[in-house]
Amino acid sequence: MGVIVNDFNIMVGTVNGSGSQSANLVLMRSIFNMGVPIAGKNIFPSNIAGLPTWFNIRASEHGYMCRRAGTEILVAMNPATAADDVAQMAPGTLVLLNDTIGLLKERTDLRLLKVPFTKLVAEISPEMKLRKLLVNMIYVGIVAQYLGIESDAIDLAIDKQFSGKKKAADLNKAAVRVGQRWATENPIENLGYRIERREKTKGKIIIDGNAAGALGAVFGGLQVLAWYPITPSSSVCESAIAYLERFRHDKNGKATYAVVQCEDELASAGVVIGAGWAGARSMTATAGPGISLMAEFVGLSYYTEIPAVIWDVQRVGPSTGLPTRTAQGDVAFTYNLSHGDTAHIVLLPATVRDCYDFGAEALDLAEEFQTPVFVLSDLDLGMNNWMSDPFPYHDKPLRRGKVLSKEKLDQIKEFARYRDVDGDGIPYRTLPGTDHAKAAYFTRGSGHNDKAEYSEKPHDYKAIVDRLKKKHETARSRVPQPVVVTEPGASIGIIAYGTTHHAIVEGRDLLKKSGIKTDYMQIRALPLCEDVLRFIENHERVYVVEQNRDGQMHELIRSYGRALTDDKLRSVRHYDGTPIDAKSCVDGILAGEKVEVN
Amino acid sequence: MAEQDQDTPAAAPAQKMNKLGLSLLNYRGGKSTLCAGCGHDAISAAITQAYFELGMNPRQVAKLSGIGCSSKTPAYFLGEAFGFNSVHGRMPSVATGANLANRALNLIGVSGDGDTASIGLGQFCHLVRRNARMVYIVENNGVYGLTKGQFSATADRGSVQKKGERNTYEAIDVCALAIELGCDFVARSFSGDRKQLIPMLQAAIMHSGTAVIDVISPCVTFNDHEGSTKSYDYTKAHDWILHEIGFVPGADNIEVEFDPGTTRDVKMHDGSHLTLKKLATDYDPSVRLNALSVLQQGKADGKIVTGVLYVNPNSESFADSLKMVDEPLAHLAEKDLRPAKSCLDQVMDELR
Repeated sequence: MGVIVNDFNIMVGTVNGSGSQSANLVLMRSIFNMGVPIAGKNIFPSNIAGLPTWFNIRASEHGYMCRRAGTEILVAMNPATAADDVAQMAPGTLVLLNDTIGLLKERTDLRLLKVPFTKLVAEISPEMKLRKLLVNMIYVGIVAQYLGIESDAIDLAIDKQFSGKKKAADLNKAAVRVGQRWATENPIENLGYRIERREKTKGKIIIDGNAAGALGAVFGGLQVLAWYPITPSSSVCESAIAYLERFRHDKNGKATYAVVQCEDELASAGVVIGAGWAGARSMTATAGPGISLMAEFVGLSYYTEIPAVIWDVQRVGPSTGLPTRTAQGDVAFTYNLSHGDTAHIVLLPATVRDCYDFGAEALDLAEEFQTPVFVLSDLDLGMNNWMSDPFPYHDKPLRRGKVLSKEKLDQIKEFARYRDVDGDGIPYRTLPGTDHAKAAYFTRGSGHNDKAEYSEKPHDYKAIVDRLKKKHETARSRVPQPVVVTEPGASIGIIAYGTTHHAIVEGRDLLKKSGIKTDYMQIRALPLCEDVLRFIENHERVYVVEQNRDGQMHELIRSYGRALTDDKLRSVRHYDGTPIDAKSCVDGILAGEKVEVN
Repeated sequence: MAEQDQDTPAAAPAQKMNKLGLSLLNYRGGKSTLCAGCGHDAISAAITQAYFELGMNPRQVAKLSGIGCSSKTPAYFLGEAFGFNSVHGRMPSVATGANLANRALNLIGVSGDGDTASIGLGQFCHLVRRNARMVYIVENNGVYGLTKGQFSATADRGSVQKKGERNTYEAIDVCALAIELGCDFVARSFSGDRKQLIPMLQAAIMHSGTAVIDVISPCVTFNDHEGSTKSYDYTKAHDWILHEIGFVPGADNIEVEFDPGTTRDVKMHDGSHLTLKKLATDYDPSVRLNALSVLQQGKADGKIVTGVLYVNPNSESFADSLKMVDEPLAHLAEKDLRPAKSCLDQVMDELR
């Protein structure tokens, strides 16, 4: 059997709250420090302590970042799930089993090693509490030793994980050494998997999408952050708070921002809108249930034309759904959120870099278009660790939109808050407190004319909503545009967005091996632009791949260009709560192409 | 004695100017579309007069409201101020946002009893907890006017609807609630008592945190009949006035002396004085427990207690508790909002 180098999955099954997260991150970072691309995915329960949790580390020579089904190395530490975990393994899988766990059914087709973790950890510390944590670091040592991960790479990862805590770092290193020693004493012949040093991670960073989005917002001039904790979005706000506290004080140490933890998501939306109205760059972050609650306020923001940024880190709905699993199920809902005729700008980040860029871009677009802007991330992107090139510093001026200052008011004859002066559907606004006779206007969610006066007149109502539609049309070419990658001779197109992107990157390579060449359009925002229709026009068949049951983007594209898309457009969907993998995407397309699926 | 004069709002001579050189006209708003005789119009007139007398620049004021008859009124006063008629029961969060974006704005929120005590009870409570600087007025008539007279959550148990139905639910007392939640300025008044309401409003406007004023404001169309406990007649007959209120603005404050034997003097945050002339009893509004006690006493005796129930002039506002810059966030320049490149480089290094 040949040796597979830098291309396999390691799965660790533990109990949440047991401190295994640090060990898993150290193992992942050790491989990263070996120069090998990694993707870490935490599969965790909606629970604080005591329930099963799994961590999957994918090492990928090609740098594929999406989930990959299958496990080559399993570390089974959780008595509650070990039997199940082991039963699911393919023949030949290397399994490290805590020897205190008894299996009802022994499997002889696995390479199963029973590791005396309890005995090994006893050498390191007499304290029971510490042993509980350190035991995890022993499997890091064992796995590292078997795979050929160098000690330097592990030590570097430990120093990073326990930065500033030398005593803890030393103890953890000692635990790794114990694991390494045990593995040396218990060698495996022909393991078949190895990590070999590469240069593919040099200079790269590892960050989760929530922190990346927060960073983008803080460097994008975020001023008011209002939030209500909800999985999986809480760390957008927690990260933003940490960055704000670090970087956003004046010379007297006073905050150039405000953060409010609100009583619910309705209030978060209200604070963001109130602040946006009064001239501050404001945002909130939430998940599906919060979006449902915000519907009324979003309609207000849309109709009264007040900037607001809302991050939706999507989880599985409807209702409470699967709060710790991922989906792209809020696309259609957010696009038209609220009663009446509405349509919103929705940004669709696929990578941590997108999260960073859109953190600032959303604030710019909200002020430019004077409207709510959604950023639809998801749990997979938001809470998992992703490798990326470092983020660039954006130094272009912040786009604050059409705001009339006191001086500008002096130069114009009349100010009408909701008048389309420039023909792009975007009116001018003034900010409360502007000391000018022409400045004040009355903002109301009820019917109004272009001077913001109360009106129930048919032509006034129609004029406003028609202009709002025009504004949305303007947005089509001004939101982040799709990215297209082509393959000479391809007649099949793929459209995807958000984290599905990563399954497409790998999936296209797999399809090519099956003889199917594809072009790929990655949609990065709503409203859709005409390029999407051109892309469909130029292909025989186009598959829209996404992570929801109803093919929501597929439907949005169809309603945008029905006549054109009817015969050509196909929908491929993945919606079981796990991140989409390349195989699901490839199988869906092969089925559509009537190619037999193995 | 309460005096009812909602028919003669703002009757000051037009030529009278305040310290900014503005006349009362500069503080007026659009024409009211409420029913003739509505208590809310008298409150709008009192607000107009209060700001005029204070000599506050109306352009520095922002008026906010929720939904309902009460919430229409910001269009009827201070026409030069920005206004925001938001969504039902949720003005407090919008006001909080506006306060954080521009702490120099003088905020006045107008809500109703349904908007505050029914759909908006949660937001009201949390506004009070945060203590964002604003005046929060509840125009309280015990019924939903715009949907034609259903009881709201402040309707007294036993009060009778126009069609004869009796309210069987316990009333929510927004003043007692505000005091319980730590509000540092809580008062109750009557739309028919402009002499009480105007100085009360002025003190509230100068207060450094959230100032809650519950104003009994009879609904002439749906709740002004016999059997209603929120009618003009009932309120006048059962008004228990705690003290005679006066207000002396900070700037005009030249050695004012008050006889401590007859008058309580509360020095407000900005140096102005709220004076409370003793009536039958000597009510001390600096003790939270007194307020809860007098409200319970009033309830037991079938009285509507009006006056300044509780005041702590040294209230720490939300913006101060957040240690925000003094300059409004909305006025900060780009250089204050975007950290330097070295900051990002630092973060990137940590993530490597």
